[in-house]
Amino acid sequence: MSALELAAAIRSGERSAVDVLEEHLAVIDAREDEIHAFNLVMVEQARREAADVDARLAAGEELGPLAGVPVALKDNMCTRGVPTTCSSKILAGWKPPYDATVVQRLAAAGAVIIGKTNMDEFAMGGSTENSAFGPTRNPLDTSRVPGGSSGGSAAAVAAGFAPLSLGSDTGGSIRQPAALCGLVGVKPTYGRVSRYGLVAFASSLDQIGPFAATVADAALLLEVISGHDPLDSTSIAEPAPGLLSVLDQGVEGLRIGILDELSGHGVEGISPDVLARLDAAVEALTAAGATVERASVPATVYGLSAYYVIAPAEASSNLSRYDGVRFGPRTDGATTNEMMMATRTEGFGDEVKRRIMLGTYALSAGYYDAYYGKSQKVRTLILKDFAEAYEKFDLLISPTAPTTAFPLGDKTEDPMQMYLQDVCTIPSNLAGHPAMSVPFGVGDDGLPVGVQILAPAMGEATMFRAAAVLEKSGGAQ
Amino acid sequence: MTDPISRDDVAHVARLACLSLTDQELEAFTGQLADILSHATDLEALDLTGVEPTSHPLPLVNVLRPDVPGEPVDRDEVLAAAPSVEDHQFRVPPALGDNA
Repeated sequence: MSALELAAAIRSGERSAVDVLEEHLAVIDAREDEIHAFNLVMVEQARREAADVDARLAAGEELGPLAGVPVALKDNMCTRGVPTTCSSKILAGWKPPYDATVVQRLAAAGAVIIGKTNMDEFAMGGSTENSAFGPTRNPLDTSRVPGGSSGGSAAAVAAGFAPLSLGSDTGGSIRQPAALCGLVGVKPTYGRVSRYGLVAFASSLDQIGPFAATVADAALLLEVISGHDPLDSTSIAEPAPGLLSVLDQGVEGLRIGILDELSGHGVEGISPDVLARLDAAVEALTAAGATVERASVPATVYGLSAYYVIAPAEASSNLSRYDGVRFGPRTDGATTNEMMMATRTEGFGDEVKRRIMLGTYALSAGYYDAYYGKSQKVRTLILKDFAEAYEKFDLLISPTAPTTAFPLGDKTEDPMQMYLQDVCTIPSNLAGHPAMSVPFGVGDDGLPVGVQILAPAMGEATMFRAAAVLEKSGGAQ
Repeated sequence: MTDPISRDDVAHVARLACLSLTDQELEAFTGQLADILSHATDLEALDLTGVEPTSHPLPLVNVLRPDVPGEPVDRDEVLAAAPSVEDHQFRVPPALGDNA
């Protein structure tokens, strides 16, 4: 049952929120040991919330659009009084003193928060193997990764632990796991969704977005969490976009560009079976009345290089706050400095250390202009080239990830190979544009392939129309 | 553009970032960071003269909210999350003097 159907059944009294929750908890009981999607299943709190929804509905109260629907949260979103770890030892046991804005909006919509999901530590990774609490496995094939960094949120929906979840996307961390788990995953326009209470990784790139099994469910969840928030100074002063209302509008007359630089021409490692699914998506969109042509956004070829300077640079600054003084565990030292060094050395995993050092280096005297300064200029070129492409096209499409889900351990020894997973998703983060992954069939190994739809800033509604067409075309099977 | 990152460079940035590395880690990280940075050499060929840097995707200006008093985050709840507290303050080992 989709989240929309569940919500309707609960609202009409056909199902109770408590029953719906218990059904999902039973699925978690049966498979969570094998999948490890969660850092924490919030059993008691979720039961209280579900019972509350039932009581209020029985009393005739008008509840929000997600009333009684279980939602899983990536473990980098603050939940008051409930551990929020970012899958890092350095935040083990930390209980935030406030709720993230998205958590407040979910509560206001009547959602039942079912748990906090596993992730690559501080959202740094593409496989959820960088978690201090062990990897998450892909529910479709447990020898494979679910993608990352929001792998726990993707696995939770793919395994039927929750119909909806939230992830965060800094370089592809929602879209790539959505593709690898056969789900819809959306990175909204930068500023669309408040980041108040999202633990910061790279502040000029991070954005929260939904995972769902269907395009309509993703639209529903994104409508609930979008909109201006005075607590986030980067929040766009616009109301939430109407998405559910546009899903049946089709793509007749839309101009869609196949993003050349991300579709096989000179892109490292994009697999032929993934490109074959992109071709099938082009056929489906053309059949539905869109004009599809090849499009060029030349500077996107430099996206990966620029990203792996900019994101670590911002992370090295954001993560300086973890020093054993105000929160999290402390490793003792004779002096404050020794204590801080021991705490950070003990608390951070290798990938986080790697990125902190990379960012510190890229920002240090003598290297700043060569790396960080140059990367910021490349970002300008990417924005300019996208703007030119969007003069001719309403939307762009590309693969989401270069391959289907890969085996655990495949890329853990070679960070650069892992980073290449993000090659198609990074440009939208650098530009601040929305992009989403829609499942569109399977590769040679029978595992899901995602097609990425990219739109200009604030272009979510048009993007969702194309996603709905792909879903309806039947090519997803 | 620049010389590859050396073992000494990595030891230096580790100190700046308040991390201590074993010899073995230093060796491994040096190779990995050099590999990642070598990927960025494709930026060398780009002519970026006259291109303005972008630090942020939105044309943002400082945002000020109306100065309305609200409920602060609870002090005891904040202090409860700290590893060591004394008299409503965060407690740390000596930061100054002979022992620091």
